[in-house]
Amino acid sequence: MTAISTTKAKPTGRREFSAGKALSYLGMAVVAIYCLAPFYWMVVSAFRRPQDQFDNSPIPAPFSVKNFGAVFKPGVGFGRALVNSLVVAGATTLLTLVVGTFTAYALARLDFKFKNIVLGIIVATSMFPTISLIVPLLHLFTNIGWINSYQAMIIPDLSFVLPLAVWNLNAFFRQMPFELEYAAMVDGCTRGQAFRKIIVPLAAPGVFTTAIIAFIAAWNEFMIALTMVNKKEMQTATVSISKFTGAYGFDQPFGTQMAAGVLVTVPLVIVVLLLQRRIIAGLTAGGVK
Amino acid sequence: MTTTTAEPGTVAPVKQKNKSDVQGSGRLAAVLLSPTFLVLALVVGYPIIDALRESMYQRSNGLDANGFVVKGDKFVGLKNYTDILTGDASHAFWNAFYNTTFFTVVGVLIETILGVAMALVMHQAFRGRGFVRASILVPWAIPTAVSALLWRWVFQADGVANAMIGHQVLWTTEGFHAKVAVLIADTWKTAPFVGLLVLAGLQLIPAEVYEAAKVDGAGTWYTFRKITLPLIKPVLLVAVLFRLLDVLRFFDLPFVLIGAHKDSVETLSMLAYDEASNLRYGPAAAYATILFVYVAVVAYAFVKLLGADIIGEARSRKKTAAKRAKKGPRAAREATA
Repeated sequence: MTAISTTKAKPTGRREFSAGKALSYLGMAVVAIYCLAPFYWMVVSAFRRPQDQFDNSPIPAPFSVKNFGAVFKPGVGFGRALVNSLVVAGATTLLTLVVGTFTAYALARLDFKFKNIVLGIIVATSMFPTISLIVPLLHLFTNIGWINSYQAMIIPDLSFVLPLAVWNLNAFFRQMPFELEYAAMVDGCTRGQAFRKIIVPLAAPGVFTTAIIAFIAAWNEFMIALTMVNKKEMQTATVSISKFTGAYGFDQPFGTQMAAGVLVTVPLVIVVLLLQRRIIAGLTAGGVK
Repeated sequence: MTTTTAEPGTVAPVKQKNKSDVQGSGRLAAVLLSPTFLVLALVVGYPIIDALRESMYQRSNGLDANGFVVKGDKFVGLKNYTDILTGDASHAFWNAFYNTTFFTVVGVLIETILGVAMALVMHQAFRGRGFVRASILVPWAIPTAVSALLWRWVFQADGVANAMIGHQVLWTTEGFHAKVAVLIADTWKTAPFVGLLVLAGLQLIPAEVYEAAKVDGAGTWYTFRKITLPLIKPVLLVAVLFRLLDVLRFFDLPFVLIGAHKDSVETLSMLAYDEASNLRYGPAAAYATILFVYVAVVAYAFVKLLGADIIGEARSRKKTAAKRAKKGPRAAREATA
């Protein structure tokens, strides 16, 4: 956060000629088009009429929401899939925050032996290949009858969301002015009170940002949800979309899939854009400083 | 709580408080850390070890000496591994191993170069940096599975990709073009993320360094090579390591974009998934364990050879805190912490 704001004050090369400026604008346009064009194509394809699906014009000529209607046809079960995704991602986020906040607080605030090793272990666990965890867990969950249950998705999700959350929270907690806590304790607060009345309100934005990042990570998960569930009613949104079938079995219903893709992506994109500064600070927290 | 004469703002009493903190904090830290470690032990530690055990078993479907059907798993030692490395399954394994390595090396190389280029563009920006930075978050926010479908749509036989190049390429069928399609889709999603990390690193470089280089007459390329690159190296290494380990476990993108059982794009994760979903847990666990070892070796080599410092945050923090110690009581406290 601070890193980003400090450079704003930095004097940029104002004396550069307009050629350099033009080049810079061109570069930015290329980057923006690179990032947005495929996304734009998804939105455009979603708003075409199904019979115009293979039309390659950049704007849907007769604008249509028929694809969105197809997404919510009763046989597709997409509404249920959205609910499943919400339950899995929501529960994962909540559990992660409850467990991770304490750990991140300890890592950021307390001085103890093996701190670097502890941090190293937490980071390392998030880098293990998911499949190495899935195979034994699938066997275990099959044996205890947990296949097609929420917990069979939530528990493995913790393996990568929890380290991510601890890492982010740790970075946020470190930036907090903890002398306020001392001041409160000097003024007669107990450690608990100081934590509750000073630290918690200060930490709220960091916790909130971490919650968003954790939620997005869990919401976007595909492999675990694909493995642990074989019943349509329990599929999450990402798995459900990838399994949409066309009317005749073989043709892939791309229009419907793009419409569903827009539905699961646009809310995330809006939230991300609204909170972009915070999210960038969270994402880059592990890399710099 | 023995600091009775504490005057807020001065250094001495704060220091004392800190010392008493250190004595009690070991136990407190253990209490606060234990939930996370309990969860990680259950969802990461246990499966890794169980995969190792499981990889030594095979589902038995034979009859015993008396002609009864033998149920349950049979211990086979390292047979699963020898089957994979040299036996019947070796073709599929080495193919997947090659694909995984190919995607990792080529993909990460392209993503890193593009990511650094994007970061440089954004760093040079006069106006509109906010907009570009926002647009860079869009590929990151899209679920990989959905982005794979999007690219599958783009790469259809009569899709927009073929319309643009004016050629008929059947991207999603077997062949080298399938690899290219996967690489393009992966690069689109992850190069901006690398760019974001590198941009954060670029913004830490003080402007004076560049001004000094300019005064000394250094050219653009020379400045980039001798000043920018060495200064962003720590951030870049961490970004590259994250990307390396992420591509090594590649699954969603080739699975949805091209499909299962396609030799051109099958990765180790896909192979293990396939075995597991066919209830052949033994071989699946063996594949998973081999992938785990591969990832561990790459990570270890990367950290050892290039000195990527993932948790360096903790250490460098202390250094900067020590530097700031002269500036005020707050920094002094941090330095002693």
